[in-house]
Amino acid sequence: MSPALVIILVGSLVAASCALVGSFLVLRKMALVGDAISHAVLPGIVIAFLLSGSRASLPMLVGAGAFGVLTVLLVELFHKTGRLHEDASIGVVFPVLFSFGVLLISRYANQVDLDLDCVLYGEIAYAPWDQLKLAGQLLGPKALWLNGLVFAVNLLFVGLCYKELKLGTFDPELAAALGFAPTLMHYLLMGSVSLTVVGAFESVGAILVVAMLVVPPATAYLLTERLSRMIALAMAFGVASAIAGYGLARWIDASIAGAIGVAAGGFFLLTFLLSPRHGLIAKALRHRRLSEATAEQMLLLHLKAEGQGLSREHLGRRFGWSEPRLEATLTALTQRGHARRDNGKCYLTESGARFIEATGQELIRDRG
Amino acid sequence: MSLSYSAQVVLAGVSLLGVAGGVVGSFALLRRQSLLSDALAHAALPGVCVAFLLTESKSSLPLLVGALVSGLLGTLAVTTLVRRSRLKADSAIGVVLSVFFALGIVLLTRIQKLPLGNQSGLDKYLFGQAATLMPRDVATIGALTAVVLLLVAFFYKELKLLCFDREFGASLGWPMRRIELLLVFLLVTVVVVGLQAVGVVLMVAALITPAAAARQWTDRLSTLLLLAAAIGGGVGVAGTLISASWANAPTGPAIVVVSSAVLVVSLLFAPRRGLVWARLRARALARRIRRENLLKDLYLEGERRAAPGALVGWSDLMGQRGQGRRRLSALARSLAASGLLARGSEGVRLTAEGEAAARELVRRHRLWEVYLARRLELPLDHVHRDAEVMEHALTESAVAELEELLGWPERDPHGRPIPRRQGLAAPPSPLRGAA
Amino acid sequence: MSLALEAPLAPAASSTAAPALLEPAIEIHDLTVAYGTQPVLWDVDVALPEGRLIAIVGPNGAGKSTLLKASLGLVTPLTGWVKVFGGPVAERRSWIGYVPQRESVDWDFPTSALDVVTMGLYGGLGWFRRPGKAQRERALACLEQVGIEDLAHRQISQLSGGQQQRVFLARALAQDARLYLMDEPFAGVDATTERAILGLLQQLRRDGRTVVAVHHDLQTVSEYFDHVVLLNLRLVAAGPVETTFTPENLQRTYGGRLTVLSQTAESLLRSGGRPRLGDEERP
Repeated sequence: MSPALVIILVGSLVAASCALVGSFLVLRKMALVGDAISHAVLPGIVIAFLLSGSRASLPMLVGAGAFGVLTVLLVELFHKTGRLHEDASIGVVFPVLFSFGVLLISRYANQVDLDLDCVLYGEIAYAPWDQLKLAGQLLGPKALWLNGLVFAVNLLFVGLCYKELKLGTFDPELAAALGFAPTLMHYLLMGSVSLTVVGAFESVGAILVVAMLVVPPATAYLLTERLSRMIALAMAFGVASAIAGYGLARWIDASIAGAIGVAAGGFFLLTFLLSPRHGLIAKALRHRRLSEATAEQMLLLHLKAEGQGLSREHLGRRFGWSEPRLEATLTALTQRGHARRDNGKCYLTESGARFIEATGQELIRDRG
Repeated sequence: MSLSYSAQVVLAGVSLLGVAGGVVGSFALLRRQSLLSDALAHAALPGVCVAFLLTESKSSLPLLVGALVSGLLGTLAVTTLVRRSRLKADSAIGVVLSVFFALGIVLLTRIQKLPLGNQSGLDKYLFGQAATLMPRDVATIGALTAVVLLLVAFFYKELKLLCFDREFGASLGWPMRRIELLLVFLLVTVVVVGLQAVGVVLMVAALITPAAAARQWTDRLSTLLLLAAAIGGGVGVAGTLISASWANAPTGPAIVVVSSAVLVVSLLFAPRRGLVWARLRARALARRIRRENLLKDLYLEGERRAAPGALVGWSDLMGQRGQGRRRLSALARSLAASGLLARGSEGVRLTAEGEAAARELVRRHRLWEVYLARRLELPLDHVHRDAEVMEHALTESAVAELEELLGWPERDPHGRPIPRRQGLAAPPSPLRGAA
Repeated sequence: MSLALEAPLAPAASSTAAPALLEPAIEIHDLTVAYGTQPVLWDVDVALPEGRLIAIVGPNGAGKSTLLKASLGLVTPLTGWVKVFGGPVAERRSWIGYVPQRESVDWDFPTSALDVVTMGLYGGLGWFRRPGKAQRERALACLEQVGIEDLAHRQISQLSGGQQQRVFLARALAQDARLYLMDEPFAGVDATTERAILGLLQQLRRDGRTVVAVHHDLQTVSEYFDHVVLLNLRLVAAGPVETTFTPENLQRTYGGRLTVLSQTAESLLRSGGRPRLGDEERP
């Protein structure tokens, strides 16, 4: 396998794993819990390192998983005392755990083969050369195996518990009533996030994993209303970011992990602008159509309320509209027969009165 | 211990940062914007890098300007996403934080590969390296801190209004959006001040943790600001000293660990809000309830036997609330020590004093039952359980008020007499029906 | 009652005393408000008389709070205008007192009851100036008026729900306004507070002030208020309670929601209010 392919594959696996669990984080309004976990696993990794004296994956998974769950428990504990709001609880818990990890690294620098740069943005560039050895056999890059395993576990988890996760996300109370154990699901999800973070840690670092956990699912969220499609899209955006990011990093000679995050940000920005339903541009167009329709209705309502013909000057002053906007609105109304112009004044027609009454009724009916 | 000039410079810078961070962080904490300030700090990184690329200078002023600009951009991005997209605040913060930071990392690694880059010292903006602070940097920090503190002092009333009740402020005609903008500006400025000492990654803790700790000790905003400033400055100094004496550890993490320790102590031991005291209070209450229940059980037993102050056997009492013998006798011992009951090997009896105390409890219980039954029209089988709780909670004045409200009833809804405050209950009379 | 009520009224009270009966307290014309693309008030046209207790009634999401906010100038209408005592809201701010919903703020905020009431006087202070002794005394008088002056220095999270509501009312009283806009002043308060608030509203009416309150409890509308505005996105009816608060109008306001209707019909048939009790005052 060529090194470039290994890097892209590892990046894609990380991105796909993160998208799987990150989608639920975004929907559960827990994106920042993901952020907190990604910081807080650091001491777990360092302690595992110190205890096992190697970069063996299993102790690291265990240590990081433990600290991931500890983070969630601590945040909930602080919050439940009633002395801190939830956001403040997150804001005080993860920095201290992360700091603890950083201090451990600098204290035991000679024993821990980790440096602070790696903590921040990983060393995915070295992935192709760190081979997994078993019984003297080279089995291929370790990162590939590790992240493949994490991805498989996440896929299994989401696949098996899809229904429970979905219901627990949208209606935790109903889920509890139906015996779907939303609390258990919550902790399984948190465990899954921790696992994903550890897998990603060596490749993209503790902080950039947040970009993978949150940005592609947030992008997908702007494009679809369906959970299954959102997860699929999030994974697609994640993989696309990994590929584009690798290209970008090669091109400008910078951190691969950082470039993957930037690429994810680029996809997000494009979607935020261009999404057909939720995009900024589509919304602006829709808003413009609506404000045209509203302007027409407002004019009719005003004519009705005043009960007499009104001059253009009066209407212009009344609504503070520009001359072209007033003209466009009046033209649209006269064309539709809702208003007529006579001798410089504007009158409500019978059909206009009926129209405005019906609009009001419809609004009420729409509200159920 | 005596400090070298350069160490004094460093400590001055760090404590200034702690003061400014504590004060402004208090407002962020109260507005529930803790994590927005996290995003804002991360967003400062690309600004630092771009400023370095543009000026190729190592002096901190242009870098700080860069941080200021990109921090403000990050905040603007979060507000735009929350307002203009369907993303919730947490996702918007997560997106901005991670993408800005990723951009910063890309630029940073790019800079490190430039000929100049290795000496750029930009690394210190990640976790902070207070030891690199120069007198000139500290002068900049001091000036910015002074600006921040002056603004807070000038706009104290307005910031308070913003944090407590934005809408009411608007109804008074205050331009709340401009005041909000002022707060964002203050936050970004403090982040910029803290960059060299704490770094972008842990900035949130320098803002929020001292404020959260200070909050536990006071219920006044002005005191909170002063305390947060003091804690912020103090942990800044302590953290710096630790990091200096400890194998060149970065300053940011050291400060965070110290301030988190202060927070935990505050959460546990602060006078009124401390969790330890809350636990002790809860235990004292549970103990009082157990004592009162035993007194009341004895009284009721006497009432049932129509023999007030009768001796009640241990086994009868154990049956009442399913309490173990050992616990029961410990309880009886403590009540006997207070002179409320007399105990012997076969059982216990109320003293006159205990009788009076028990009568008062029964009185409250039954009055409350009347209240529930009459005014809330609860069915009779529902009133007892609630009254079991309220009898321990009602104050004397509340009881008096209740009695007046109900017209001094003589019987509870089950037809049992309500004892008078002094003397015995009125004799049961068939002519007076139950209430 | 306390000093506050005997003190001179809002700035223009004396000068406009005579035409007060002619000029409505609030005149809403043609008002349409939308949040984003969702209309919340549609073509509302109503005038509210001065010196009355006025209830705004309607189902959830009917635009009741929005009507209050529009009267305060806190939302920008798509069309229409609101006049308060014959002038634009921006010029009448000092004549209006506002009581927001109790849940709208964080009661764990580090501040005392007295401090919150003092905020009612911020409008007259202007930038930079801090409240002084005069303001604190005024605030204390307002707390006395709502009967909780002994709690002045207590932190607000240590107050019961009813007491918190009283603090909000005292803050509005501190504004010494001619017109009070209240968002659900009776929501979630205990019986004692409910009586106290009602007494206060009646006192305000005796002093010639106007109170407009969003009210949820249909059973007490006719007992507590003189005037009612029935709202469901559009104005259904407005007028004196006796003629306007009828089962037909309620039917039109609440549509087919029968449970609400049958309850209300029942209570309308009954003469006098039935005593209702909420949670008891916490000690």
